Amino acid sequence: MAREGWAMINPKAEQITSEILSNKKVGSYNHMVFAVTDLAAHARPGNFVAIAVGGPASSMVLRRAFAIYRSSIRADGQGLLELVVAASGAGSTWLTSQKVGDTVDLIAPLGTSFGIPTEPVRSLLIGGGYGSAPLFALAETLKARGCRVDMVLGASTAAKIYAPLEGKRSVSSLTITTDDGSAGVQGRVSDVIPRIIKDNDVEIIYSCGPMAMLEAITKIADSFDVLHQCSVEESMACGIGVCMTCVLPVLQDDGTIRMTRTCIDGPVMDGSKVTWTTSREIPEGVWGK
Amino acid sequence: MSLDFSTSLAGRRFPNPIFTASGCAGSGKELSQFFDLTDLGAIVTKSIMIKPRSGRATPRMAETPSGMLNSIGLQGPGIDLFLENDIPWLRDQGARIIVSIAGETVEDYAVLARKLRHVSGISALEVNISCPNVENRGQVFACDPATAADAISTVRRNIGGELPIIAKLSPDVTDIVSIATSVVSAGADGLALINTLLGMVIDTSSMRPKLSQKTGGLSGPAIRPVAVRAIYQVHAALPKVPILGMGGVACGRDALELVLAGASAVSVGTATFGDPTASIRVKNELEVLCEQRGFNSFSDLVGYAHRAEDANEHE
Repeated sequence: MAREGWAMINPKAEQITSEILSNKKVGSYNHMVFAVTDLAAHARPGNFVAIAVGGPASSMVLRRAFAIYRSSIRADGQGLLELVVAASGAGSTWLTSQKVGDTVDLIAPLGTSFGIPTEPVRSLLIGGGYGSAPLFALAETLKARGCRVDMVLGASTAAKIYAPLEGKRSVSSLTITTDDGSAGVQGRVSDVIPRIIKDNDVEIIYSCGPMAMLEAITKIADSFDVLHQCSVEESMACGIGVCMTCVLPVLQDDGTIRMTRTCIDGPVMDGSKVTWTTSREIPEGVWGK
Repeated sequence: MSLDFSTSLAGRRFPNPIFTASGCAGSGKELSQFFDLTDLGAIVTKSIMIKPRSGRATPRMAETPSGMLNSIGLQGPGIDLFLENDIPWLRDQGARIIVSIAGETVEDYAVLARKLRHVSGISALEVNISCPNVENRGQVFACDPATAADAISTVRRNIGGELPIIAKLSPDVTDIVSIATSVVSAGADGLALINTLLGMVIDTSSMRPKLSQKTGGLSGPAIRPVAVRAIYQVHAALPKVPILGMGGVACGRDALELVLAGASAVSVGTATFGDPTASIRVKNELEVLCEQRGFNSFSDLVGYAHRAEDANEHE
């Protein structure tokens, strides 16, 4: 139905009522498993879900978006989606307080996914806080393609590093940084990645985390002339491309910079094409300014 | 006897009274993945301006109790690309189309009306006059009876006699009836009530306004009583002028409330952000509610809350 050239929602996206199969506290986060249809087979690392929160009489009118940690089809054919949820606001706190057997209204898979190289390459995966969530499935996919996978995870403190044992199997090296030094190297991810890029001759960086971190990684990636695919985090009202709240200034193929929906043309974007700004103003040169 | 669920708005007939709301459905492309656009009475497109527009910087959005603030700033491709891409696509879907236009000057409205007057397949024009008038110290057209009428009479003169005009009014005024009366005298065939209310959220961590533009439009169920009041007041004063009602409708019961107040059709807006199929659900629920109340025709319910205390009840 979509016309050529028009970015659209993932054609495999479905809106479903989904049962919670598991909900376990892991450090500062909750690892949650949802029963879904065979949409699980179409979810790729980087895709996200949009979940209605608060129940039918909720005063929270907007969906919450979460990166997919893992998707799979169980032996009995049951589709599964796994999320890592940080209970930060009222919506995510409600979600993490739901019990096994409860149901939620969920739309997935949404958004773009990480591009997977056809040839084996040396990759570096960088996650900030629960931004590590989509990187483990990505690491498995890359490993299966014969890629070398190094990983850096950063957070303010040790409890906010999400790095499950099974997730680390596909990783050649894991470096952890914390602001307070409670785990790994004291400092930020940007302090350690130049050395890792040099030592391992990294060809592509994949990242997910806070916008300031993605901006810092973009600068480093550009200075080493390394590709950088980042999963951005801009607040969304709908997740399906109609509200126009989640936009970023992004360089297009036609040479223009346009305010671009991160729910449709993202969340995974080419870091070097994003005009990173914290000025709360539309940058000069943006189409239609 | 089955219910006649069709409705008439500004001289046009629609198979049912539930529409999308401008700015909450784009041009329908994204929602078409979730339902057939022809299942709604009409698609009201996002307000389009003359030129491409980047809109505002982020943050553009803040969730509020039973609602949200937005300050998108009318991001869009401009009328020429809109007519080239969006309208043909919507026509191909068989959707009934209401085009929403917005301008910064009276002349902008004239230009937009002239661009649209010969476009086929459009059912009506919604004129969004809740924009700052750059020629009048940025005062919003819809907040003054004279400037509101200026914008509408300009569209009337330039659109020709065929296409119905629906003037969308702001609730942020002292007397909405005087604005409504003024735009109807200026040539509006119908009224859209209500646009968002201006609001602000301050982030208590950064201790600054949350939105980059500081203020934003409040929408969602929080504003529904304001919509019901505005529709009721305007319908009482101008009972012959059809009203497209909107403001916080999230279920059939909410839509019925606006209809009883005087709306001939109802747009579903913010609810679509939380649920892409909200408008279809609202339509189905409203139809059941009309039948349960024993009505054979939807139009008999329009403004039904205005009947005299001693009036004979509907049988």
